[in-house]
Amino acid sequence: MSSSLPLVREQRRKRRPAEAARIPERSGSKLGYWLYFIPGAIAVGIVIFYPLVRNLRLSFFHWKGGRAEEHFAGLDNWIALFSDHEFLQSFRNIFLVVIAMVIIPTLLGLIISALLFDVVGRRFSGKLSSFLRATYYLPQILPIAVAGVMFSWILKPNSDGVLNQFLSAITGSTVEINWLGGSYGTAMGSVMVLMIWIQIGYPIVIFMAALGRVEPQLYEAAELDGANWFQRFRAITLPMIRPEVFVVALTTTIAALKVFAPVFILTGGGPTKSTYVPSFYAYNEFIKGPDKGYAATIASAITIVVFVVAVIFIQVQTRAERKDA
Amino acid sequence: MTTLTTDAAPQSAAPAKGSNKSRPRTPAEWILMILACLGALIVVFPMVLLLINAFKSPADYANSSPLDLPKALDFTGIKTFWETQNFPRALWNSIFISTMVAVLGVILSVLNSFAIGIGRVRGRTWIVLAFLMANLIPQEMLFDPLFKLYDKLGLLSNPWSVIITFTVIQAAFGTYLLSSLLGTFPKEILEAAAVDGASRGKILRSVIVPIIRPTLSVLMVFFFIWTWNEFLLPLAFLNTSDSLTVPLLLEQLNGERQTDTTTLIAGTLISIIPTMIFFLIFQRTLTRGITAGAVK
Repeated sequence: MSSSLPLVREQRRKRRPAEAARIPERSGSKLGYWLYFIPGAIAVGIVIFYPLVRNLRLSFFHWKGGRAEEHFAGLDNWIALFSDHEFLQSFRNIFLVVIAMVIIPTLLGLIISALLFDVVGRRFSGKLSSFLRATYYLPQILPIAVAGVMFSWILKPNSDGVLNQFLSAITGSTVEINWLGGSYGTAMGSVMVLMIWIQIGYPIVIFMAALGRVEPQLYEAAELDGANWFQRFRAITLPMIRPEVFVVALTTTIAALKVFAPVFILTGGGPTKSTYVPSFYAYNEFIKGPDKGYAATIASAITIVVFVVAVIFIQVQTRAERKDA
Repeated sequence: MTTLTTDAAPQSAAPAKGSNKSRPRTPAEWILMILACLGALIVVFPMVLLLINAFKSPADYANSSPLDLPKALDFTGIKTFWETQNFPRALWNSIFISTMVAVLGVILSVLNSFAIGIGRVRGRTWIVLAFLMANLIPQEMLFDPLFKLYDKLGLLSNPWSVIITFTVIQAAFGTYLLSSLLGTFPKEILEAAAVDGASRGKILRSVIVPIIRPTLSVLMVFFFIWTWNEFLLPLAFLNTSDSLTVPLLLEQLNGERQTDTTTLIAGTLISIIPTMIFFLIFQRTLTRGITAGAVK
């Protein structure tokens, strides 16, 4: 799933040219390497940069779409964006999405990976811990659309719904909660639960790989010194995997800003547009909205936010690394 | 980057056998172990529910709790799904699109990273960043301009609209990863090949690619599964019933008013099966792959 794309930090350590691998220049000048770029440059130009520029430009126009004429709008769309209740709501929702896709999975991932590695792996069996890791990772490889349909079945509003049936069985009276359409709280909560479910495996796998680097002697020494599990977790585990926490936080935050499918499938933005997220809003405006220029403005705004967040993260990380060094 | 390039990297959490196993397990450790298992159970629980309920007859489903096992194995839901939906077609579309993206994406990544990692062309850091944009950019930014472009080219509802788009997006990540890998490629090997009179193209094909093949296959697995799971742009570009992918087919079924629940559950289960098979075959590759880059 590209939402968990292991986007890697910027290459910081520049290799000295002397160490650089290079085919001796005999077989042609260095210019020859540019030839290998031609397909990539053309492809990225057409598929990424052309749309990027088109959309940025469109955000300064009003356009009904189709064959209608474009009218120059100046900053109209951008100004409208900041007083657009639905856009602001969709942006507020992003904070909840960040909680569901970044904060909770990272915290739970820390605890579970430490448990799997330190307790299950070391004290019980490595096979069991690998198996559990794979189990936690499973939702990550399901198509989000399929996971969404599965959850929408579980959360059906009438007594037909799986969750409602559970609650009915427990409470003894008929429960008919309209999870996805009833109120903002249950709808957004349901979307968040789906996201946590999908995301949880990603930090676990990354953190466990990181824990594999830790010298086992470190733990044994701490254990001999009488440190309990939590003390070891705080003093050894956490500091060791800090770089991975950064990577997970960065990649999942960016994924959270771009989130689309869970909202599209589970709530369709409802009830009354309250579970909108920016990506869904932009898509909806492109499809149904009266002004494609405004849709382009929303999309451009998200792009800008994604870039700003990525730059901030990389800056913070670089600074932290320098402090370490 | 180590986990991607070396198979020797510590993969499983298998501990060093020995000393600390001698001590008996404490009750606290048992509790923690059971909690870890419970958590995993919660994670697979929705899928277990799906499995149980996909084989109930509509009447059985209506009259039992979702937790009850089916009274008798019933294939009505699966049959209805199979008869009303063109699943084989959607499966083929998904396989075709994902395979093409995996192959073309890797080829494009190799070409780009050859120029960046081995050729060390000027401004390579900026070029890598420019490629990474393809990965960062929200897809709705691409949606409208690409829709118009593919419309003009007659590529809408044609798998190639999705293939072209995702080849570029996935290759962006591949370029990043392979560039830093090739940047550390042993230069003695390259020199030896050059002394033997091999051209650049030949060195790339018969020296570099075979050596980095394990990494390329991890990338290929990832490109495949990422593309398989994509939703937004396929939703926008593929809108005839013949061009749907597996996730799109299921989402459409979910939206249809007259779909009965057992058909929907059966359809969901069937849509998961290809992913499950893929997961079982490539489980190790997947867990190895996602740690790529996360590790220094």
